[in-house]
Amino acid sequence: MIIGTAKESYRADEALLTTTPQRIWMAILMAGLVALPFFFNTYWIYLACLVMINVIAATGLNVLTGFTGLVSLGHAAFMAVGAYAVAWLEKNTGLPLPVNLLAGGLLAAAVGVLVGLPSLRIKGLYLAIATIAASFILHFIFIDWRSVTGGTAGLTLEPGRIFGFQLVEYRHLYWLIMPVTVLMVTGAANLFRNRIGRAFIAIRDRDISAEVLGIPILRYKLLSFGLASFYAGIAGGLWVLFFRVVTPESFPLVTSIFLLAAVIVGGMGTIIGGVIGALFMTMVPELLRYVVDFLSPVIPNASLILSPVRTIVFGALIVGFLVFEPQGLAEIIQRIRRFFRVWPFRT
Amino acid sequence: MNDDLLFFTEVTLAGLGSGALLALTALAFVLIYKATRVINLAVSEILMLGGYLFFTFAASLSLPWWGALPLAILGGGAVGAIVERGLIRPMLGESAISVFMVTVGLGSVLVGLVEAFWGTDPKSLPNFIANTPVFFGEAYVSRKILVAFIAATVVIGIFLILFRFWRGGVALRATASDQAAAYSCGINVPGVFSIAWIIGCATAAGAGVLLGAIGGISPVMGVFGLSALVVVIVGGLDSLLGALVGGLALGVIQAWVSSFLGGEYVSPITFGILILTLVIRPYGLFGTHEIERL
Repeated sequence: MIIGTAKESYRADEALLTTTPQRIWMAILMAGLVALPFFFNTYWIYLACLVMINVIAATGLNVLTGFTGLVSLGHAAFMAVGAYAVAWLEKNTGLPLPVNLLAGGLLAAAVGVLVGLPSLRIKGLYLAIATIAASFILHFIFIDWRSVTGGTAGLTLEPGRIFGFQLVEYRHLYWLIMPVTVLMVTGAANLFRNRIGRAFIAIRDRDISAEVLGIPILRYKLLSFGLASFYAGIAGGLWVLFFRVVTPESFPLVTSIFLLAAVIVGGMGTIIGGVIGALFMTMVPELLRYVVDFLSPVIPNASLILSPVRTIVFGALIVGFLVFEPQGLAEIIQRIRRFFRVWPFRT
Repeated sequence: MNDDLLFFTEVTLAGLGSGALLALTALAFVLIYKATRVINLAVSEILMLGGYLFFTFAASLSLPWWGALPLAILGGGAVGAIVERGLIRPMLGESAISVFMVTVGLGSVLVGLVEAFWGTDPKSLPNFIANTPVFFGEAYVSRKILVAFIAATVVIGIFLILFRFWRGGVALRATASDQAAAYSCGINVPGVFSIAWIIGCATAAGAGVLLGAIGGISPVMGVFGLSALVVVIVGGLDSLLGALVGGLALGVIQAWVSSFLGGEYVSPITFGILILTLVIRPYGLFGTHEIERL
């Protein structure tokens, strides 16, 4: 049984990792991330990259939805903005890749602030619907602004190049995506140790009260939109470097729902929730593939039902978590931790 | 009549036809929202399910259309009842967003089920409405669109009368205006919730049959529900009149846009109207303005 750790300063109280076991687990996780490409084959590295791209996007959405209480169902469109921006810059300018990635994120942030403007007047469901509308309008721009976006055919990319090193294989891209993900998630975690993050939480809990307390609501809501879209833009930029093609259909409404589902399943309003949620929601369809493969001797044309089964499980996960475990996976993890911490006593 | 004017009239009539369907679908949204304060995005998928149920009863079991149509509508109502009791009732008191996301997840489940049972290929419903066009003066209208328009108008008319005079309709309006007061008057509020869901989903299923008769059925036809969602937001989420006026207006606007500007402009203009309405009048043209207090 671990007993409570005594914290002697505010610094210690606000630290991200407070106990030795936490530090050890974090070190193991980091070592695992570094070691991963040396022990797994290309398929698993591909999956790891996909998971991490989704982790970035889901963490951004979590800042907006979980911490600021503004629901967005247009997050995929911001990813698309980042993806198109990075693709265009890579094709048409000779700028170095990190600059392009950053520019993609910033452009997405600008678009996000624009889309967030109605949040001055509307909130809750209405805002969610407004963001759906915005994503459809952006989708139209991607199709119709042919000179920049390449119309329905989209843009295809040569392998990216960073510090003179060409990113051809997934193995190479992993070394770009993994550090960026770690950086972005750490950044999000640190956001809630300072004034901005606390303002976000105050707005989520009761926006009118927050305004009475002197928090400029509009500025912080737009900041939250901007930050979330920046995360989405970076994720989209990495996505396009990873798949090397982007079309208007790359980021449909389902992707927005997927990201929101990841945040809900993982646990709204916790950093770990966004990370676990994205991991879980990306891996479940892959696991289903194994299940369907395993069942294929029993069920005829099993491969045919894979796609519908994935759709059903996806919806059922959203519904199931909302009805039975509204706090998400993060809460389950907390429960497990509590069990071990107070063992042999029962919670 | 000169050709331009004739074309304009035809486009407008077709727009009114699809507008009536939009209004009917919007009615399903409004009904459920009015009683339970839930935006049910799964209405789109229940609409699709209605089309597929009709397809099964009419094509596979070769029932006549007047046998298959009530069965499809009943099927939609049954899904509504099950969903309300099983998923929405336990969510009472949760935040509106959570319930909304439950209906989004439910929509995904329904799409998956339809794909699993009927496959992903688009299908056309058996022809139960003749293909011969109807002429108003010189203007040409597809008979299917005319039938859809008449059916939608009749259903909406029946709803308006029911709301005014039927006990259940009055109970629903009472629940919508003040739940606690409705309870204390002896109204069975949970019962009203169930009724609203059943009627709403049945309406959506019926609209799905009409829509399928015009354009065929496919697992992605639920997108039509998003247009209906625009209608209810613009018209006001708790206003039947708003659904009616908004539906017809949006139908006509969409028809004009796709004929005179091009089909690709339909979605940006539809959603542009949505954003504009949200910014100017967040509670819609005819909706109730709710004041938030601490």
